Formats: sequence, C-alpha cells, structure tokens
Amino acid sequence: MITVPYLTALTTYFSYGLLFAFGQLRDFFRRFIDWWKAGNLQGYAPICLGLEDFYIRRLYLRIQDCFGRPISSPPDAWFDVVERISYDNNKTLKRTTKTSRCLNLGSYNYLGFAAADEYCTPRVIECLKKYSASTCSTRVEGGTTALHCELEDVVANFVRKPAALVTGMGYVTNSAILPVLIAKGGLIISDSLNHNSIVNGARGSGATIRVFQHNTPSHLEKVLRELIADGQPRTHRPWKKIIVVVEGIYSMEGELCELPEIVSICKKYKAYVYLDEAHSIGAIGKTGRGVCELLGVDTADVDVMMGTFTKSFGSCGGYIAGSKELIQYLKYTCPAHIYATSISPPSAEQILSAIKVILGEDGSNRGAQKLAQIRENSNYFRSELQKMGFEVLGDNDSPVMPIMLYNPAKIPAFSRECLKQKVAVVTVAFPATPLLLARARICISAAHSREDMVKALTVISNVGDLVGIKYFPAESKMPQVEEARAKVE
Amino acid sequence: MDLTSYVPTVLMNSLKNASELITFAYDVPFARAVVFGVHIGGHLFVEGLLLVVIIFLLSQKSYKPPKRPLTTKEIDELCDEWVPDAAGPHTIINGKEVVNFASANYLGLMGHEKLLESCTSSLEKYGVGSCGPRQFYGTIDVHLDCETRIAEFLGTPDSILYSYGLSTMFSAIPAFCKKGDIVIVDEGVHWGIQNGLYLSRSTIVYFKHNNMESLRSTLEKVTQDNKRAKKLRRYIVVEAVYQEKYKFRVLLDESNSFGVLGKSGRGLTEHYHVPIDKIDIITAAMGHALASEGGFCTGSHRVIDHQRLSSSGYVFSASLPPYLASAAIAAIDVIQENPQLITKLRDNSKTLSAGLSGIPGLELASDFMSPLVLKEHSVFVAPSKRSMVDKCNLPVGIRMYVSAAHTDSDLQKACESLKIVAASIFTDQN
Repeated sequence: MITVPYLTALTTYFSYGLLFAFGQLRDFFRRFIDWWKAGNLQGYAPICLGLEDFYIRRLYLRIQDCFGRPISSPPDAWFDVVERISYDNNKTLKRTTKTSRCLNLGSYNYLGFAAADEYCTPRVIECLKKYSASTCSTRVEGGTTALHCELEDVVANFVRKPAALVTGMGYVTNSAILPVLIAKGGLIISDSLNHNSIVNGARGSGATIRVFQHNTPSHLEKVLRELIADGQPRTHRPWKKIIVVVEGIYSMEGELCELPEIVSICKKYKAYVYLDEAHSIGAIGKTGRGVCELLGVDTADVDVMMGTFTKSFGSCGGYIAGSKELIQYLKYTCPAHIYATSISPPSAEQILSAIKVILGEDGSNRGAQKLAQIRENSNYFRSELQKMGFEVLGDNDSPVMPIMLYNPAKIPAFSRECLKQKVAVVTVAFPATPLLLARARICISAAHSREDMVKALTVISNVGDLVGIKYFPAESKMPQVEEARAKVE
Repeated sequence: MDLTSYVPTVLMNSLKNASELITFAYDVPFARAVVFGVHIGGHLFVEGLLLVVIIFLLSQKSYKPPKRPLTTKEIDELCDEWVPDAAGPHTIINGKEVVNFASANYLGLMGHEKLLESCTSSLEKYGVGSCGPRQFYGTIDVHLDCETRIAEFLGTPDSILYSYGLSTMFSAIPAFCKKGDIVIVDEGVHWGIQNGLYLSRSTIVYFKHNNMESLRSTLEKVTQDNKRAKKLRRYIVVEAVYQEKYKFRVLLDESNSFGVLGKSGRGLTEHYHVPIDKIDIITAAMGHALASEGGFCTGSHRVIDHQRLSSSGYVFSASLPPYLASAAIAAIDVIQENPQLITKLRDNSKTLSAGLSGIPGLELASDFMSPLVLKEHSVFVAPSKRSMVDKCNLPVGIRMYVSAAHTDSDLQKACESLKIVAASIFTDQN
C-alpha cells in the first residue's frame, strides 16, 4: 500500500490538470491551422482519432528524451548512452555520434550475464557456427535440434518440475499459452497489477476474468468463494476450471508475492496456480531457483510455472514448466510452438551455459558468488535509500526498487539531472503505472561493485534534494510531526 | 340338392371351422396369461415379440473401422522424436543425412559466412540479450540501424522492429483496429492475425481464401450496410494484394513473400507492380528469407510512431537480441548484392512443382512461383498442423519449403522419394 501525502496528491492533480488544459488549447489551435491547409485523406477515416493519441502528443512528446535512450555498448554495469538532440522541440530526436559513459541502473541484468561472459560467450560463438543464427522454421517442422531438447531438460531440472517447453519470446509465451489452457466457461483470477502479457493472454482466451486486490490473499479467498458459489455469468453453471495467475516479483512494485498463503487457498478451493517468474527466476532464492525456493513453497503445489530468460540469464525467450501431460498437451496445441520460429540456437546455448554457471557445474563458484552479491547489493542499496528519506517500495531481497516521484514535472527533472551526473535511471509514468504514482525504478545487478553503488547513492541523494522527492524524514534528522496521509489503493 | 345353395353352405362351413380354430387359438391358456397385472391377449403377445426382434436388430451397430494412413497424433510423435543435428539444405537426422525441405530457408542464407561474421562480432561486442524493453535502455544502435536499413530496402518512410515474428501481427493490429471498426480478412490467415483481430474487438468479416469475387461481394455488402461508414475505419487484412477501390486501408503480411517475390526480393508489391505507398501497413517476420528472428512493420511515419507507444508487443517486451538485428542487416545486404538468389529460388520451385505434379494421388495446392508447396494427404517429414484454437479450415497437408540452396539433384531425390511413398500409401488405402 502506498500512502500519498495530501499536499503531494493535490499538487500532482493540479499539474496534470494544467498540462491537460494546455494540451487542449494547443489542439484547438492545431485544428484551426489544419483546417486552413486541407488534409489529404481523401475519404479515409484518419488512422488515429483525436483523443486517442492526446497523451502521446501533448504530454509524452515533451519528455521524450527520457525514454528510449539508445546505447552503443552492452548493457553491463557501465555503458555508453548515445546523446540525442532535437531541432523541433522534442518532436523528433536525432542521434549524434557522441556517447557518454554512465552507470547503468535500468537494465534487467540481475546476475551480470549481459555483456560477453568468459564462460558463455565462446560456447555461444561455437554454437552459432554449428547451427547458424536461426533455425528458420517452427518447432514442429524443422526447428527442433538436439540443443532444444537438451535445453528443455535442463530448464525442467533447474525449476524442479517434470518437464518444460521453451519458446522464443517471453511475451508470446503468456499470450499464447493462456488461450490454450483455458477457454470459454473457465475463470481466470489475476492479480490487479499483473503484466500486460498476462492480460492479453487472458483476454485472448475468451474465459471470464476477475481481478483480486494486489497481493491480498484474504481478498482472493473472498472472490473465489463468491465466484464458485455464483457459477458462470448468466447461466450459473459451475465453472469448467479456475486458474489463479500471480507473479513472482512485480516489476513495478518490487514486491514478492505472498505465495504460501495463495497456494494454500488455491488448494482449498481446488483452483490451479499459474506463477509468472519473469523477474524472480535466477535472481532470488539461495541457488537462484526463484520465489518458490525463497518462500519455501513446494514446486509440486504450483501447477504451471512460467518464466523468461531475458532478465537473469542474459538471453531471450520464455519457458513453461509443469507436469509431463501438460507439456505434452501444449506441444500439440500451443500456437507459439506450432507456428512460430523456434528459439535461436545461440540464445539457447547462452541459457544452457548460464544455468551451468549458476549451478556451479562449470567448475567455479562464480554462480554462488553472483547470487550472494546480488542479495547483498539489493539489501544494502534499499536500506541506504530508505535511510536518506526516499519512499522506496518493495520487499527485502528483491533487486527491483521503485522510488516514488508522483509529480509529472519531477519525472524529466530526475531523469535529466541524473544523466548529467552520469547515472542512467529509468522513470516510469502513465500508462505503465496509475496516473498519480509515477516512479523511478532501479534494477540492481550482481555486476555492480560497492564503489558503483556508493556513487549512485550520492548522485541520487543530490538529485533528490534538488527535485524534492525525499518524502520521508531522513534518519539522521529529528523525526518530524506526522502529517495526515491519504490512502491510495 | 340345389347347386345354388351348395356353394354357400360349403363356404359357410369352412368359415365356421376357421373361426372356431382361431377362437380356439385365442382361448389357449397361455394367451390369456396375466403378466404384471396386464391382460395379455394373444395378438399383444405376438406384437410384443415382434417389437423385441426389431429393437434387437436395430441395436446391432454396423462396425467398419475407418482407414487412414496415420493419425495426426502419430505424426506428431514421429515429428517430436525426430531431432536434426544442424540446419541447412542437408541435415543429419538421427544419424542419417537427408535433404532438408522443412526449414523456411528460402534464400539459403542460413549458415552464410557474411551473416555468421556479423553475428560473431555482434556477440563479442554486445553479448546475447539486450536486457530491457525498447523504452528502458534496450534500444541498441544496431536496432536503429536495422530499422533504417529495412525502410531503405523497401522504399518506405519508416519501420519498427519487433522481437518475435508471431507477435508482430498480433500487436500491430490491436494498436490500430479498435472496437467498432470493420476488418475484412482472408479466411486462410494464420493464428497470429486471428488472435490480433480477436484482441482488437472489431467487427470481423471473412472472405473466401484468395477469391477476388468473394472479396468484391463482401466489400459491396459491407459498404451498403453501413450508413456511418465514413467515421469507421475499415481495414483489409490479407496475405496477398488486392486493389483498393472501396476506400479501405490495406494491411499486408509478407512473412513468406518478403525476400522471395519481386525482381529484387521486395515482396508482393514489386511482384504485382503496385506502388508500395498504397499499402498502409506491411508486416513481416524475419524468420524465413532473412535467416534471422523477429519481425518488422513498415509504413508511414505516423503509423510507425503510433506503434512505438501503443503496440503491446513492442512496449512491454524486451527488445530483439542485437546479434539477430545485425544478422538481418547482413542478410539484406546479401540480398541486394546477389539478386540471382531469387531467380535460383524461382527456378527451383518450378522444377520441384513440375516433378511433383506427375505423382498420382497428390494435388498441388499453390502457385508454382511460391516457394511453399502444399499437398493433400500423406505422411512425411513436415506435415502442416493446425492448433485447436485456429479457425482456419484449409486442408491439412504436407509442406515442403524450397530453398535457393537446393541443387538439382536434391530436387530429383525429393521427387523420387515422394513418388515411392505416395505409391505405397495409396495402395494401402485401396
């Protein structure tokens, strides 16, 4: 639960109102000017109607330089950000040849596999020469190589499930698996802050969708009881099946899900659990096996485990792990398996090597070191930020740390000031987060050293003072009188 | 006695005898039995017996097992067990060397040295993954270069890169088609497009596969029915080209025709000599001719910029691994330098179709120019499969992908083996 101070909420609403008013004024004049010079649409309806891209044109474009910054080096702990200039007031940005070396606090590089790694990269290049960059065909036609089969076995072992299926992209895994697992007549109950891929997959399936309050097992139970008693909408027949979808770490909050309670509730009401471990696999848990290991949940209790390889393994692709029958069924029916090109062989080799390093099978203890490093780093960074007075979300042990900004003007201010001081951060606003709750999100990696983190902390503290986002009193000062706070849900 | 009275008396006597016999039969003790409180007259008993016999006869099912060469499940199992070692025009499957007709490696660019070189240098420089979505430091300069290169090659103002071929169509469509819009679609489009249309919640009208007449009549009907037609946006989604004289915007999916059709490989628009700016949105997957992975979409600036913020597969997903983007750039370079690859591909397809059309029992279901050759029936290396969530109902057959890297001897071998297999299957069926 985020509690917003009254004053901040008021000023944020006011800022958005002002921006909206200015935007409308500009639109009005634009329409006037456009009416003069006749448009050339010739009877076609315009491809984007007026209000649909209002947000893009009038709000987003002004701060466009904070997003989509291109880089010209691998996304390691330090990288080169390409500078861009605009000649028409930020409407279009042109690349320059200048780059600046910045500290990377934005890429999902939890275990530091992003750049060329001493164990993985030679193997990947060998594999490239042997299998070429792409298999050019779907899994069922010609795209299954010995490598793919090995990969699926290794992934299944790592996640501690009987079998696994690997696809070429994480987003597609969710969107293509949910329609196959459940259809009309079924029920999907998903957390209110689930990722867009899950929402798309759920919509594409045709089942009824209900949402429960973020990470609140008691509300989940209430919703389950109501819906099971009611049955399907209008016909009141019993549901064909119920799937509860949760995520391991929520990428915009940095929170871990309350898996033990949710699993016990689902067992009680005989619902299936679908766990999306996009951010948590490889990054948390003693041996990197994800949120089940950290919270002590038996993997046999979770029916379908899904995850991606982009974050901790430095590759691309997604996987689904479950029982042998489930995977066999998915192989016959899942469109991502039947129609889409199989995962590129060098990426598959990277995943295999990364898993070997994590498990220590390459003969060194780099894996264990990385896991210990990321845990230490996350806990240290979070506690320091909280001591300085920032409002930081998320649980301990999670490498994702959002810092609340709230006000729309602070978003570009924070981002640009940090870049000037050679720290690259990611700021997120509407529509990825609710309108009032804009934030800066920090992703800590095992590749960050102590000096890197100290530098980052100094820079963030300076910029925080400048921009005014230290909403809590810093611990070194005397505690202030508590102000009234509004609860925001 | 009188003769006139003799005959009737004889008749009367015989009748009386007959009725006495019948009454005797009726009065037989068992005919008067009472079963379950119901008086069973003699006739009822006989009728009951008849009914039982009829029911017994009807309940005998006529059992004839249907004859099919191999069920789909068995084909699947065959496919899943079968694991080739390396790709390319010749592959090793389970230890045996075979000619590979199952990869969509149209121009033979898989394993090309130039691609391998650029991939290796990319891998050494950037590692494998890009570790972030496009908006959050996942945009590497290779991506931007790839986008400009594709736009240059096709002659369109701008293009946008997606990280997966399948997600290109099903993210691009909901970004433009909203609830209330009308979309006219070919029946035979693949699952990615169908899913995108379903997610966009617009009204969908299907027309028969590749049938111009059907398209024309559907367009007429739709225009007549709609009075507010001017405000609604209307789209045609096809995997081929149709003339637009009904004020519809055209969305074209060129996954299989990019790099293949047209004199220099620019796809369908070049093949039919339609100027490319008449097509509003072109999407394609790079997993086929370009020997890479991912997909792209090209069109005008407005179209592309809108997608950068509202296309879910672009915004909410990690970007394409940089080595695949550089592979795509190298592939386009190769295509531009060697246009003879495309003519070789066309010659190969012609030879193969000529060779295959002579086989009895198999039907060629596609144009000889297209490198995808579908047939009906049979058991082989790459049967085409339909997922159960797919609404397409074209016949299921086997697919053979022709590549420019196949030599004449490869094609001969394929025709010969197909003849043998087809012969054996069809004699079994008879």
